[in-house]
Amino acid sequence: MDYKKNNTEKIIPLKGKLIVVEGIDGSGKSTQLRLLEKWLISRNIPVFFTEWNSSETVKQITKKGKKSGRLTPITFSLLHATDFADRYERNILPLLHAGYIVLADRYVYTAYARDIVRGCNPNWVKKIYEFAIKPEIVFYFKVPIDIAVDRILAGRPRLKYYEAGMDLNLSNDPYESYRIFQSRIIDQYESLSISENFTIVDGTMEIEESQSFLRSIVSKLLPLNITKNTRRVTRI
Amino acid sequence: MRKAVFYGHAIPYLEDIEIKGRFIIIEGPDGSGRSTQIELLSSKLEADGHAVLNAGLRRSELIGQGILEAKRNFVLGRKTISLFYAADFADQLENKIIPGLRSGYIVLSDRYIYTLMAREAVRGISSSWSHNLYGFALRPDIVFYLDVDPNELVHRVFKKNSYLDYYESGTDLRLSDNMLESFVMYQKLLSKEFKRMQKRYNIVSIDGNRSVSEINEDLQRRIDDYLQSLKV
Repeated sequence: MDYKKNNTEKIIPLKGKLIVVEGIDGSGKSTQLRLLEKWLISRNIPVFFTEWNSSETVKQITKKGKKSGRLTPITFSLLHATDFADRYERNILPLLHAGYIVLADRYVYTAYARDIVRGCNPNWVKKIYEFAIKPEIVFYFKVPIDIAVDRILAGRPRLKYYEAGMDLNLSNDPYESYRIFQSRIIDQYESLSISENFTIVDGTMEIEESQSFLRSIVSKLLPLNITKNTRRVTRI
Repeated sequence: MRKAVFYGHAIPYLEDIEIKGRFIIIEGPDGSGRSTQIELLSSKLEADGHAVLNAGLRRSELIGQGILEAKRNFVLGRKTISLFYAADFADQLENKIIPGLRSGYIVLSDRYIYTLMAREAVRGISSSWSHNLYGFALRPDIVFYLDVDPNELVHRVFKKNSYLDYYESGTDLRLSDNMLESFVMYQKLLSKEFKRMQKRYNIVSIDGNRSVSEINEDLQRRIDDYLQSLKV
């Protein structure tokens, strides 16, 4: 997870900070990250928001593959890696160099969790994402599976094939499949939360409560604090 | 039936599959005569009673077109392109090559992961990353590399197209402002990577500076010898 290992990229100091949220669907992470973004913007801090699986170039192809049901665990994994690499090479890394606070709604850990659950070799997956820098903070939104699943399934949405993990043949019922799939992902997150040093957020807290917790942690990283300190030093 | 052998351990659900067919790769730069040779070899093998299936890079229905479009727009970073190709390759491997081998075809592939790894190495991507990435690739039975002098390649490419392809000239590497010079330099770098990989991947180098029929005779004899050796 050290980008300096890669000999292609010149070692340019990263002035920005990367903040990541992870957690299963319905854990509240996206809401919290959007609020964090609003707050940073209001403080005039340069901020960039990036979402999992959102590269325009790659999305079209992934969509096509998903529709055809042609994807296997390996192609599924590689297409998501392509999507990530595209956003990483064109947005995340240059913006970090430029001093932005980059907010990522899901990062490499989502790939680890999903690909491993789908049966890919864990070392293979991790090595592919080795070029990605380690975030400053990873907020992991921890919620009991029932709460998260109820939040998502409350409106009885039509679950997509891969979203429900139907490719894993867990159950013929999409809702049941979804529940099993998500609980397996939680297991992966749990083990990652220790090895990758996640900051755990209790996803059952009230929105305002969680947000003030996030802000209290993020404020310690803000460039404003750093510049204040350096100014003081130069004045002396 | 025999157990399929993979380079790494990336596809646990495929690790125990059995295959019947044989898997032969023709590697070599653009203009080295790969596709001509594959055509000739396929006809001969079919005439001899073998079922032949052709495969190659960038032929998957899933992604092939997407790579071309993205390249045309010059927008993608190097890792992104590598991963795109890997996804495309995986799609072919799982949906075409492996099923073909399981049902007993001789699969002739126009290029394989070695070209992808060479291109990546030349672009500064660490080889350990590439080796891991392609760990899910099936190990072929024979890999031929048509080795052609880059100066000779230029003429063959011009004969075919009358222009040098942007990517085949490695223009993105900015080796030289002169396109011809850039092409030759780039092809030399790739050829060096192939030589580096030769031992590790058991690549058989074939003198590609000869005529089509001479090369074909050479390849055909080696393939026949190989197929013969299996019968004993």
